[in-house]
Amino acid sequence: MVDIDSLKNMPYLLGLETDELEDVMRSVFEKSAERNEIIVHEDEPAQALFFIVSGAVKVQKTSSEGKEQILGILRPGDAFNDVAVFDGKPAPASAIAMSKVTVYGLNRTDIVTLTVRHPKIAMNAIQILAASVRRYISLVEDLSFRNVTSRVAKLLLQYAPDQAQVEEAQARPRLTQQDMAGLVGTSREVVGRSLKALEEEGAIRVDRHRIAILDKDVLEEISAED
Amino acid sequence: MLDYPQINQEYCNGCGLCVMVCSNGVLALVHNIAMVYSMGTCVYCTNCEAVCEAGAIRCPYEITIEYKHFLNL
Ligand code: SF4
Ligand code: SF4
Repeated sequence: MVDIDSLKNMPYLLGLETDELEDVMRSVFEKSAERNEIIVHEDEPAQALFFIVSGAVKVQKTSSEGKEQILGILRPGDAFNDVAVFDGKPAPASAIAMSKVTVYGLNRTDIVTLTVRHPKIAMNAIQILAASVRRYISLVEDLSFRNVTSRVAKLLLQYAPDQAQVEEAQARPRLTQQDMAGLVGTSREVVGRSLKALEEEGAIRVDRHRIAILDKDVLEEISAED
Repeated sequence: MLDYPQINQEYCNGCGLCVMVCSNGVLALVHNIAMVYSMGTCVYCTNCEAVCEAGAIRCPYEITIEYKHFLNL
């Protein structure tokens, strides 16, 4: 059942009065998805705007070569499929449930009429879309202008144990993907992609909780490309 | 305990997202705090770390180098 308390915390509906929320609520439907279920398919026409009530959703794009890039991880309160709903074009990315997920949905036609009736929704939408444009600009910057993979390669070389450490089995440096993102100045999503690229080059192997440098020379070559 | 996500319970706000995304039942909320509950099944997918907004979960990687790099130095 759609619950007004969850609804009023959704960023698109912030600041709406109770009678306005009740009006919105009449158009809201609830939907559940199982883990790994695709809630929005990339390239399909947008039917609805979704708000996450519980669970987590990843937004992912697949390149023409079949490579997957996670664009973001969404949590309760976050909305998805908004770009396609507002511009009426196919969804630019897929949204996949990372757990059992409950979402609230608003059909495209309803969101348009509701936005006209309650201008606060339009103001919220502008803010949310502006924030995501900002986030995507920095993602584009990371993916194209600055070679993050070579910086990740450089970082791994810096943190690689030296001969003495290896021989004496000293404690090895440990880094999370978030640490690496902070150290090279990018997002966790881009680090994940870089590690995959380095693995494909045969420079490293990511093996459970270990990143093994297999070919230092290849890693050095890649790090010099920056 | 390098094989398991490390949870800083002081940062955990009990939202339960990590428990929901773990497909292997490794994590559980106990008294509203996340903890590693079932040993031996973690595949180190790092999804729990990725969804934790509170930054309470760390899935660190040990960085190693093949020993062959130190031969013939
Ligand atoms: S996702 Fe983070 S904050 Fe939420 S329960 Fe898990 S450890 Fe705690
Ligand atoms: S790393 Fe993956 S398998 Fe291990 S506890 Fe986290 S979500 Fe579960």
